[in-house]
Amino acid sequence: MTDMVYTPLAPLPETRSRSLFQLAALRFRRNRAAMAGCVVLVLIALFSFLGPLFISHKYDQVFPSYVSVPPSLEARPNAGSLQEAMEGVAARARVTLKEFAVEGQAFTATVTSDSEIDPRTTRYFDRANEFDETQVVATEDGGKTLKLEGKVSREYFFFGTDSNGRDMLARVMLGGQISIAVGLLASIVSLGVGVIYGATSGYIGGRVDNVMMRFVEILYSLPFVFLVVVLVVFFGRSFILIFLVIGAVEWLDMARIVRGQTLALKRREFVGAAQALGLTDWQIIRRHIIPNTIGPVVVFVTVVVPKVILLESFLSFLGLGVQAPLTSWGALISEGANNIQSAPWLLIFPAIFFVVTLFSLNFAGDGLRDALDPKDR
Amino acid sequence: MISFVLRRLASAVPTLFIVVTISFFLMRFAPGGPFNLERPLPPQTMANLMRTYQLDQPLWRQYLTYITNAVTGDFGPSYIYKDNTVAELIAKGLPYSLELGFYALLVALIGGVLAGTIAALRQNSILDFAIMSVSTIGVTVPNFVVGPVLTLIFAVILAWLPAGSWGDGSLRFLILPMIALALPQLAVFARLTRGSMIEALHTDHIRTARAYGLPARTVVVTHAMRAALLPVVSYLAPCAAALLTGSAVIETIFTIPGVGRYFVLGAINRDYTLVMGTVVLVAIFVIVFNLVVDILYGLLDPRVRHD
Repeated sequence: MTDMVYTPLAPLPETRSRSLFQLAALRFRRNRAAMAGCVVLVLIALFSFLGPLFISHKYDQVFPSYVSVPPSLEARPNAGSLQEAMEGVAARARVTLKEFAVEGQAFTATVTSDSEIDPRTTRYFDRANEFDETQVVATEDGGKTLKLEGKVSREYFFFGTDSNGRDMLARVMLGGQISIAVGLLASIVSLGVGVIYGATSGYIGGRVDNVMMRFVEILYSLPFVFLVVVLVVFFGRSFILIFLVIGAVEWLDMARIVRGQTLALKRREFVGAAQALGLTDWQIIRRHIIPNTIGPVVVFVTVVVPKVILLESFLSFLGLGVQAPLTSWGALISEGANNIQSAPWLLIFPAIFFVVTLFSLNFAGDGLRDALDPKDR
Repeated sequence: MISFVLRRLASAVPTLFIVVTISFFLMRFAPGGPFNLERPLPPQTMANLMRTYQLDQPLWRQYLTYITNAVTGDFGPSYIYKDNTVAELIAKGLPYSLELGFYALLVALIGGVLAGTIAALRQNSILDFAIMSVSTIGVTVPNFVVGPVLTLIFAVILAWLPAGSWGDGSLRFLILPMIALALPQLAVFARLTRGSMIEALHTDHIRTARAYGLPARTVVVTHAMRAALLPVVSYLAPCAAALLTGSAVIETIFTIPGVGRYFVLGAINRDYTLVMGTVVLVAIFVIVFNLVVDILYGLLDPRVRHD
């Protein structure tokens, strides 16, 4: 190529022609529902993957004093219950609580008594779970009134906590990471297997095609649940293998779609030209067939990702999904569904994220299909 | 037509045979066995059990025994449901799953086609958007969420319907599991119908029919519907097979004594014979419904010829 003489062509006209891909991108950008779907997906991915950097609780951190607390925007314990706790402590210390205020992570209190108060009563305050490092800051009335200051440990649980006292916000984020990762990776596996299998079968054709498609048909008649459960049992419950397994089950439709495309493609002139140039079958499949099937394949991936996430949730429901303390949206949802009456927030938050993600994927997939459909200009 | 059906049934035999073979060996190569309990059994008991169920024989002989027995309709004893043969278990559970699945299929098919047609006729209207949104939710919400939510609303809060169990088999007991089972499929049918109906309404023969001045209802119901139903019919086969052989999730949530639970229970507990029984059951359903769908295709689309 280097020794070729480059002769500049006539300058291109101002309006350049658009490639098929550019046209598709343009149509996709005009589709509001699809664009909104994409934006929401990006936001959810950011929430799941970057969110843990901004919250102080770990997904496996247990808060024994906050088991199954409902979600709230207020810090826990709230001012009212702190007041109650403080009154309880004061009663035990045989002093009267006059003033009590909480500011952020610290509290101030004024206590009085008929007789002089021993400064060691602060121990009573430290003994309560809620208060810590209580100190006397001022003494008035000759020791009958003490001003106290100390720390309150307060925690924010915007999504509440689960029955083990773990922060649901952190768990929903972790669940998102795992569900998204499982969805994408399983789809990539099914994409790889399905595309290569379908393209090979369709391109070679004849008896090979018959046998290969017969095999797909046989796998279709195997009960899906059985296949997944046996494979999971087979490979143990390791996280990596779960989505390999799911991908290994989901490639059948992909193979059929790609085969259909290939059957049409292999009669086209450019394939004939490639054959005339003496390329091997595998080279033609790799360089000419597979790139041309990409349209329907991309659309189908947007169908497979939600399917895989749903399937993962089904495995979690059966107790075959990721193991605690790791979790996925599916695992959280099935846990929430068991506690729907006593602690509905365990279901609501993961379910919202789950459904919104699948919803957006659906819209994005529909938009992609419309954008790539050559009939619809 | 008859020769087509016969040929298809004949070709189903090798398929069924390969399905059985694959699942037999897949199941056996999975680690663990039906009697590997959390507390290990004494070796003597274990050996006795293995001998009773002929699990101590070489795998190929077990396989041959299984195949020869299965041909005569003997699917062996279940390992976890002692005193029951697999055939008995399936015969006991299948009627429940069939009845529930049949109602769910009817609801999903009629409701889905109706909703999809309405959405297609009012394309891009608010009604269309509403139907499509609801059906998208139907596809995306897992049925182990739909089940408990329905139970909470209709059985606990409103107390209109019983929360679970088959009861006396009357419709009251079936409504909630039926809806939970039908909803995702209804959504799929609605989406399929809408897409193909929109396409069908833009074809030349529909324009011609409209130009003749035929009433709108006739155009849609007798002319467009025929073409629009093709993708619906092809989805009918996997859908019907899945619904009629029971759902592990729904049967667990609503405590229905169907066969759906056996897939999961059998595979988890390595109840080899039970799993094989359910595999054969599903494979038969899939094969039969694929055949039914091919026949329906021929009725709907005269271009399809079976000869």
